[in-house]
Amino acid sequence: MAERSQFCTFYLDKLLFGVELKGVQEVIRSLEMTHVPLAPEVVGGLNNLRGQIVTAVDLRRRLKLEARAPEIRPMNVVVRSEDGAVSLLVDEIGDVIEVEETTFEAPPETLRGKVREMILGVHKLENNLLHVLDTEKACQMGEAATEIE
Amino acid sequence: MSDSDIVRDFLQESYENLDRLDRELVGLEKNPRDADALASVFRTIHTIKGTCGFLGFDKLEKVAHVGENLLTRLRDGKLLLNPEITTGLLSMVDAVRQMLKEIESTGQDGENTYPELLQTLAGLQESAVAAPPTRPAASKSPSAEKKVQALESKARESAAADTIRVGVNLLDKMMTLVGELVLARNQLLQVSNTSRDAGLQTVSQRMNLIATELQKEVMKTRMQPIGNIWSQFPRTVRDVALSCGKQVNIEMEGKETELDKTIIEAIKDPLTHLVRNSVDHGIELPQDRAKAGKDSAGRLILRAFHEGGQVIIEISDDGAGLNAERIRQKAIERGVITPEQAQKMLDREIFSLIFLPGFSTAQKVTNVSGRGVGMDVVKTNVEKIGGTVDLQSTLGKGTTVRVKIPLTLAIIPALIVTCGGDRYAIPQLSLLELVRLEDTKAVTGIELVHGVPVHRLRGRLLPIVYLRRELRIGDARQANKNEDDAVNIVVLQADGRQFGLVVDAINDTEEIVVKPLRKQLKSIKTFAGASIMGDGKVALILDVVGLAQRASVVSETKEHAEAAKAAEAAASGVQKRSYLLFSGPDDAHMAIPLDTLARLEELPASQVEKTGTRWVAQYRGEILPLVNLGYALLERRTRPRSKEFEEIAKAERYQVLVCNHDGHRAGLVVERIVDIVEDSAEVQYPASREGVLYSAVIQGRVTEMIDVPAILQTAHLESEFHPEHAEVIH
Repeated sequence: MAERSQFCTFYLDKLLFGVELKGVQEVIRSLEMTHVPLAPEVVGGLNNLRGQIVTAVDLRRRLKLEARAPEIRPMNVVVRSEDGAVSLLVDEIGDVIEVEETTFEAPPETLRGKVREMILGVHKLENNLLHVLDTEKACQMGEAATEIE
Repeated sequence: MSDSDIVRDFLQESYENLDRLDRELVGLEKNPRDADALASVFRTIHTIKGTCGFLGFDKLEKVAHVGENLLTRLRDGKLLLNPEITTGLLSMVDAVRQMLKEIESTGQDGENTYPELLQTLAGLQESAVAAPPTRPAASKSPSAEKKVQALESKARESAAADTIRVGVNLLDKMMTLVGELVLARNQLLQVSNTSRDAGLQTVSQRMNLIATELQKEVMKTRMQPIGNIWSQFPRTVRDVALSCGKQVNIEMEGKETELDKTIIEAIKDPLTHLVRNSVDHGIELPQDRAKAGKDSAGRLILRAFHEGGQVIIEISDDGAGLNAERIRQKAIERGVITPEQAQKMLDREIFSLIFLPGFSTAQKVTNVSGRGVGMDVVKTNVEKIGGTVDLQSTLGKGTTVRVKIPLTLAIIPALIVTCGGDRYAIPQLSLLELVRLEDTKAVTGIELVHGVPVHRLRGRLLPIVYLRRELRIGDARQANKNEDDAVNIVVLQADGRQFGLVVDAINDTEEIVVKPLRKQLKSIKTFAGASIMGDGKVALILDVVGLAQRASVVSETKEHAEAAKAAEAAASGVQKRSYLLFSGPDDAHMAIPLDTLARLEELPASQVEKTGTRWVAQYRGEILPLVNLGYALLERRTRPRSKEFEEIAKAERYQVLVCNHDGHRAGLVVERIVDIVEDSAEVQYPASREGVLYSAVIQGRVTEMIDVPAILQTAHLESEFHPEHAEVIH
């Protein structure tokens, strides 16, 4: 029997992404966000997750996708990273999907840009493709804004 | 209990025992015939030796064994403890400590067998300086000794029953949770305040009390007496003094003063450095001291006490003191200051130069100190935890270094401000004052010096920094365009330099729980951390020094400012003093020197009461007699009786200057407190009425200098001797 694994899925700009379920701490509808001035633009802000201060990474910005329409309130997928919990801001939450190892494929050679760096590969679902996110990479925020002026 | 548990317990206990050994040996050196202390030292070594044998640490056992042999001879009175033997025993303690460290990291007692040490100890043992056994009783019969040991262990057991060992990370975790509880409580209180449910309100009130109590207790668990780090200083002092041929007695006051564990840890090294410095540079050689008419043994005094929510640690010596002239010379040689500046600088300012990196005044470099690294490191380390260092010295009399540190780092008082819709916390420690410019002043109050905004604060130019601009929030020009068009300036101090921070709004002060930022965000130097506000939202804590550096307030202007200040002080030739300005009756300008005041208070009318014919206020659990200054200054015969408080009785709040007089406190009630200024108050005219010392020009206005003792004295006399006319109270 082939290896099966579970993914927590979500949408970003209509693309289906997934992170391995065992790395997910929780999914929260939306939290009040505190803006962090001078921080890299991928930092969506700071959340209060039951007394723990969690940094939110705006995945749209991280993946260099189009900015989210202002009327969409992002959802938080809180994942455990090397440096503590990080909240990933996504458009919409999908189902938890169980996939087999056999449906996995590395990203196509022709895929370029940030998305290629951030995904481990693709699971071929029946009528869709699941992009498997590289959580550690996605959680890196890059250097703080350098002094301009 | 597994083997590793046993070893861990053994290590823990042995470390504590070794620390005690250090202290006891140094104490014993002073008083070598103290049989009890000797017995205790012996027992400690014996215990370590016994346990090592049991756990199979042979090399360690051997070292302890030789030490024990030497101690046996001492205990039996065959040898008398002298400095050499003490040094030998102390180096044995060091060796044991080294081996314990080895065991801690590798599980083995290491390769080093310390042959030299063993030889030295053996040699010392043979040195037939056999002192006559002054106390034959010291060699107790075995049974007596056993009895003492039994008693001792019993005492230890009962102490152990009252205490348990708890890991620091557990305490940290508890602290975090209590922090959460406090935040949840704040949120609950907000909900219950808007609700009409009496049940909810009762419960949340109870919850409020319990959470506060719990927070206090948990904070206490992290508190440790400063004596814990001081206890190693006698040994340090002994070693340093011995190596430079000096005699030093160390005294400690306030050992029980408690500090947060993290702070204790952070100040350990700076304090050790200061102590070494005092012995090495401060205290003179015995012959020099004798020449100067001092006791040949120097005194080093460590003092710790609480003052205004902070802990003050003083390290004083009665040594040679700092030579301001020599520092001046050196500073000029090094090009730190120009000769002109040097002439103008006060001694106190000169002394502060030794905190600059690479600046040492020691004439020769010793292996202890004087390498020019040190004082600046001390200063940086203390400032890192929000403390300050300050030095006073009198040539020939000695030096005192004062270290001021906060009680705890985890929870700090902070001012909450709003900027661009988000709240920011500013640690109260760097806050000096708040200035609000309204109406036309909002426009004219901020001027430009070559494009750089400044505000004239009491005649000095205060550089202005816009928080919006620094944080790149929205449009910087909007910075002073908030709802009511007023400009809110938070006057801050960073690195000895003041600047005004313009924010959108000033909210309130709050006790906040400091939380660190994630690694990546830490690189933004403008923020010191984050905290969760009562409503559950996160607020960033501003790092005032980082902000000042970002706005280049600190680096560029500092030198200029220092020089200008020195020049100003020198030019006037008069020591400036701080005065409190207030207005008296008929808007008269009045002042008193700030240092004669204990506090400024605004008391609500509800705290002010009339007892008989006297007016008093409840103040910090005391009864504070009040004197209406306006009334006391009226000419005595024109005073309308019993009118003292009439005209201000309608007021809702009283402005009270609390003064100390004759060992008592008294409150002067004034109409309005205007400002605090620094001025030389040079031009003086004789007083025109009683209760006034003289008139002077302060800040360009003729101001009456109030004679506080005279006024209180008069008030006192009147009520004492003319009780029937007691309109004035004492």
